[in-house]
Amino acid sequence: MSNIFEESKTRAFIKNEGVDYNTTVTTQELPLEDFAENLQIDVISLNDEDITFDVKGIDPAFANALRRIFISEIPTMAIEKVNMWQNTSVIPDEVLAHRMGLVPIKVDPRLFEVKGKNEDHNENNCVQFNLHIKCTRKNTPEAQNRENDILPENDEALFNHASVYTSDMKWVPIGTQEEKFKNTPIRPVYEDILLSKMRPGQEIEMELMCEKGVGKTHAKWSPVSTAYYRLLPDIALKEEISGEEAQELKSKCPMNVFDIEDTGKLFVKNSRVCTTCRECIRDEKFVDKIKLAKVKNHFEFTVESVGMYKPEEIVTEGIKILKEKVKCWKNTMKGMEEDEE
Amino acid sequence: MKHVEDKWKLLPEFLKIRGLVKQHIDSFNYFINQEAQEIVKANSEIRSNQDENFFLKFEKINIDMPSIEEDYVINKIMPHECRLRDLTYSAPITVDISYTRGRNIIKKNGIKIGQMPIMLGSSNCWLNNKSEKELAKIGECPYDPRGYFIIRGVEKVILIQEQMSKNRIIVELDDKQNFVALVNSSTHLVKSRAEVICKNEKFSMKQNIFTEEIPICIIFKAMGIESDQEIAQFIGTQPKFLEEMSLSLLESSKKDVLTQEQALNYIGARIKSKINRSGPNAIVKSKRDEAFDILKDVILPHIEVSNNSLLQKCRFIALMIRRIIEAKEDPSKIDDKDYYGNKRLELAGQLVSLLFEDTFKRFQSDIQKQVNKSLPNKKNREPFDASTCFNHDFISSALENAISTGNWSLKRFKMERAGVTQVLGRLSFICALGMMTRINSQFEKTRKVSGPRSLQPSQWGVLCPSDTPEGESCGLVKNLALTTHVTTDQPVKYLVDLCFNLGMEDANLLVGTELYDENTFLIFINGVPMGVHRNPQKFIRDFRFLRRKGKINEFVSIYFQQSKPGSKLQSTIQIACDGGRLVRPLIIVQNRIPLITQIDIDEVSMGIRTFNDCIREGKIEYIDVNEENNTLIALSEKDISLNTTHLEIDPLTILGCVAGLIPYPHHNQSPRNTYQCAMGKQAIGSIGYNQMNRVDTLLLLLVYNQKPMVKTKTIEMINYEKLPAGQNASVAIMSYSGYDIEDAIVLNKASVDRGFGRAIYIRRHESNMKRYADRSFDISSKPPAEIEGKSKEELPWNLQRFHNLDQDGMAKIGSKLTKGDIWLNKYSPVESDDRLLTNKPHSSVEYNPSPESYKGGAPSYVDRIQISSNPEKHFLVKMIARQTRRPELGDKFSSRHGQKGVVGIIVPQEDMPFSENGWCPDLIMNPHGFPSRMTVGKMIELMAGKAGVLEGEQKYGTAFAGDKVEDMGKLLVKHGYSYFGKDYLTSGITGEPLNCYVFCGPVYYQRLKHMVQDKMHARARGPMTSLTRQPTEGRSRGGGQRLGEMERDCLIGYGAASLLNERLMISSDVCDVNVCDKCGFFGYKNFCNFCKDKSNVYSVKMPYACKLLLQELTCMNIRPKIKLKDS
Repeated sequence: MSNIFEESKTRAFIKNEGVDYNTTVTTQELPLEDFAENLQIDVISLNDEDITFDVKGIDPAFANALRRIFISEIPTMAIEKVNMWQNTSVIPDEVLAHRMGLVPIKVDPRLFEVKGKNEDHNENNCVQFNLHIKCTRKNTPEAQNRENDILPENDEALFNHASVYTSDMKWVPIGTQEEKFKNTPIRPVYEDILLSKMRPGQEIEMELMCEKGVGKTHAKWSPVSTAYYRLLPDIALKEEISGEEAQELKSKCPMNVFDIEDTGKLFVKNSRVCTTCRECIRDEKFVDKIKLAKVKNHFEFTVESVGMYKPEEIVTEGIKILKEKVKCWKNTMKGMEEDEE
Repeated sequence: MKHVEDKWKLLPEFLKIRGLVKQHIDSFNYFINQEAQEIVKANSEIRSNQDENFFLKFEKINIDMPSIEEDYVINKIMPHECRLRDLTYSAPITVDISYTRGRNIIKKNGIKIGQMPIMLGSSNCWLNNKSEKELAKIGECPYDPRGYFIIRGVEKVILIQEQMSKNRIIVELDDKQNFVALVNSSTHLVKSRAEVICKNEKFSMKQNIFTEEIPICIIFKAMGIESDQEIAQFIGTQPKFLEEMSLSLLESSKKDVLTQEQALNYIGARIKSKINRSGPNAIVKSKRDEAFDILKDVILPHIEVSNNSLLQKCRFIALMIRRIIEAKEDPSKIDDKDYYGNKRLELAGQLVSLLFEDTFKRFQSDIQKQVNKSLPNKKNREPFDASTCFNHDFISSALENAISTGNWSLKRFKMERAGVTQVLGRLSFICALGMMTRINSQFEKTRKVSGPRSLQPSQWGVLCPSDTPEGESCGLVKNLALTTHVTTDQPVKYLVDLCFNLGMEDANLLVGTELYDENTFLIFINGVPMGVHRNPQKFIRDFRFLRRKGKINEFVSIYFQQSKPGSKLQSTIQIACDGGRLVRPLIIVQNRIPLITQIDIDEVSMGIRTFNDCIREGKIEYIDVNEENNTLIALSEKDISLNTTHLEIDPLTILGCVAGLIPYPHHNQSPRNTYQCAMGKQAIGSIGYNQMNRVDTLLLLLVYNQKPMVKTKTIEMINYEKLPAGQNASVAIMSYSGYDIEDAIVLNKASVDRGFGRAIYIRRHESNMKRYADRSFDISSKPPAEIEGKSKEELPWNLQRFHNLDQDGMAKIGSKLTKGDIWLNKYSPVESDDRLLTNKPHSSVEYNPSPESYKGGAPSYVDRIQISSNPEKHFLVKMIARQTRRPELGDKFSSRHGQKGVVGIIVPQEDMPFSENGWCPDLIMNPHGFPSRMTVGKMIELMAGKAGVLEGEQKYGTAFAGDKVEDMGKLLVKHGYSYFGKDYLTSGITGEPLNCYVFCGPVYYQRLKHMVQDKMHARARGPMTSLTRQPTEGRSRGGGQRLGEMERDCLIGYGAASLLNERLMISSDVCDVNVCDKCGFFGYKNFCNFCKDKSNVYSVKMPYACKLLLQELTCMNIRPKIKLKDS
């Protein structure tokens, strides 16, 4: 009995009816050295778009704070002001402006400041793009035939700029920006985001002003498309399973967690891939044979970048911000202590 | 037996041919191409009593394609232009006439007599057979349902009207429990209602034209059946009939009416006198002749009268009596008025035809009046030309007005109907489509009877069981099912001949005893007995055989009305070919094998053959509600038994097009489907491909439409995927935050930021630049020069409202309009009488500013400004203002299962729960919405949607079919999700796992038109009404919040006297009055005019309304006396 109790301190159990998760509250003060000792971070995978890493030895509150910061508090640059000089396309001005706002911009936001309320746009708080594009007929007899303006089968073949893409946005350096970003020209993260469709004679001309902001204000400033974590699955067999039952269980798991030894014994091959679908314990007969659990202080983070930052940068930036916050909090606490005195 | 799969593939082919609005179009086509001709033929001649040689004859009528004459040029006109310019989509009506002028007979062809509004999509509409490209060119949407009219720029639908069937005998009990057999006769010329009533064991006839009920035997005698024996034979000579008739036979001899002459005189004396029916020169007829004419023309006019012989009418009346006697014996013979076989639907064509006939007759009498006036006038040098007195406007405006107001008032038929037409709702595509299939009942809404409102078994398959409004018109307004078709009139003549060929004996040659013999079977055509046959089964079989071979029109129905087994009553054969019957296609089954094979279906769906080919080959036939009683219809192939005659094409056809949007409706509690039917029409979405070019007063559009993850066959068939109204939201069904009670929903802020539920709100503002009698006109002028190059903030306050005007005095396109901003800088000329007389130049005209300003609360952007003209308004300015609205607290959303809710809170993404693979919901719905509502369909939609997303395809939730939950569960497992759709989530707030699994996945959500921005309202101080000085009422007038009677009652009960005093008087209409304590009248300050006294006048506070009341009473010579007391 006490075994289960002890185990429940470190494990959450997956049951058919719900998750057995007991909040463990650390009552004692935790020395920083101990924390540092217990903390372990391993990067599992990393590429241009996302990073997966394990964090062991932290509280859910800590993990969640990081996750929340990733989503909403890492500043990025996004289009905030649109000066629309001409828009004769089908998309209304506000909708087009909204679409522009959601375009991710490839620029290091750390080099910019947040624009003050009464401040004007300048080289330190703003990146400017221009988009001026007009749809015209191509110089082929087919394209010149106005009959083909309506419901053309292949508009790209007939017209110039039948589709407006982010690649049509032109960066306009302000002040010394040209020099500053010589090596890393500012551009939209993706060149092939469709902004609008046009027909001959239609024109869009606008100035796009990017400002620095955070995801809290508007989702367009969020550097991640998603940032989440999950608890590391811990799967074990409570008793030996072999023979037909082993086959059955093995085939049940869609993620192939289980495998069968040469001896015909079932074993847990890879518990990390488990998606908690509970298919293995749906049938009553396996409920008591499998231990489905999650390690409570082992978080597997996944951060998917939108593209403004590299995924690993998001993590480090996030930690920096958390640090700042803690510092700020510490100072406030200090102030309060002093007040009390 | 080989199984035929995908029978449903026939449905899209059926809809291609018949379409959802085909009944409207068919009936209008019938009117344009046939009925109009018949109307003119029936009323072709105008003669004058001034000159008996004069005649004016209408030979032929022709209705052209829609066109408009402007500046003496006739141009063809397209529907979209009509919408934009507030024109009527109408075509000229021309006639070929011949008439006398002086002594010559003149023929003229193609004389225009007016304009006929044309139904979109009808045979005379330009849109017919146009490709999508051609439609795009003229600004028309290819998916528009059509079937409506455009009158002065407004789209009008003539709703389908439900009525009792015409020309059929209906036996019922009247208020006093007397048996009545009534017939509503209707022909082109007359509409009349005749009743045979059995009172005190005696039969008599009731008709509006008679002052009292006429004993039935007198009617017989007046019709030429003089001997009692003959009468008895007509009705039947079995003892029970003779017995029932005995008192009636006695009655006529008691009244001393024995011969036809006597009977006619008897009736003649009981005719309601008509006031001056036929002018001064009409020949005065004798009472006797008048009576005969009435019997001939007014009583049962639908029965043919040949050679002044009323024999057929006698037979019909005898039949009515028989029906009563039968019903007396067996109460089940009383007709069920709610039975749908006894109903007929009146469609646009019939209604317009009634209207046209009436106006055409009035048009003719108008001409006749002019002819009569002009003919005797011999002074004119030129002989009188009748073609000059055609008033073009008469027919045009009569038709236009009737359709635009919906008032059908036909004096001749004493028909007065309001609300026949409605403005086509363009809130969403479904709203417009649903309107085209709507059926309006003539039944009074206020009467509290459940019969006509309840769902009748006979409505199976022809009316949608779900789609009806809630509240007062529940069950009275209905909708057609998906495959229902409404018939148009068919000629009877050839059917009669055909029946004779099939061995029918002519009823005219037989007497009653033979007609009603047990071994003969009466054959009725459209309710009129035509003959008898001795082998009904063979007759019916042969008839149906001919119909299936295409020798008889596919919509003619025949059915065997069998009397109860064992009863001695006669069974009859009923053939119907009249218009307004509801029919639906069914697959014919012979010897347990459906005639439609897999090959047929493949070929039809490949387009090698059409649906009509299947009908022509006798594999599918149309069955009307009555004929359904002779069939045994299997729902699916496995249900086919030995006696099965037909097979449903697909069970989903029982639902209409609106209910067809619901996925898995068969898993929902039925009222939920009904609620969704009402809400689907309020969903914001796309309206048509031409939505951005339309100029509706109000247009609501969704920015990012999606087609539903879980679709139905109906959705595909009605093109909902091309014009959807909603988005697939990722939904988690869990309790969250406490702001989700009472059906409120929780939205993810990031989703809203990214465009979830974003709507465009477009409103039209109009202004008309008038032209005045003195040749002056309104002008629009440039704004003050000071505003040039300055933003609104930089301008002085009095010029701010001009800030977005352009040089032409109209707002710039794309500029922002806030409350009070001018969008049209209009000036009107100062009225002056002398200009008219003195012919002063226009430069001297003085103008007063009369600008049009923007009145909406929230700011808008100018989308377009359109300047157009039409015959009435020659300079019409329309400004289209646009807003983009993101969902906010209090906006209404709904899934497709009658589960509506308002946004309770918008939560930042980081607070939202998230799953093990990073998923997080767009929308959270509280699970308390499920237990009492039992919308299991929604849960299945969620599962199917989730499986569909993972599989990368749409899933089907078709009614009575659809993908199975079990399969969906398996798919979920395949992709590593829980079989039950419930996922392990982590709280976004605490960061810990949620203790229970959460049911989550995509559900199609609709944003409804009700938005907080249009409704929120508060006031501290504000405008008062001038009469009572109380706050105004309503949001639009900035009114106050009413403290009503019930609220008042609460405060009285609680005893909050001061609060009451404050709410009802101080904050409302408090008024200081001076009251004289002595006389009790109002006085002035320190003076009472009544007492002529200075003392005793005191100032008192009272509601102004009270003061007003007292003064009004005083005006009426009632003296209210106020007594004052110290408090």
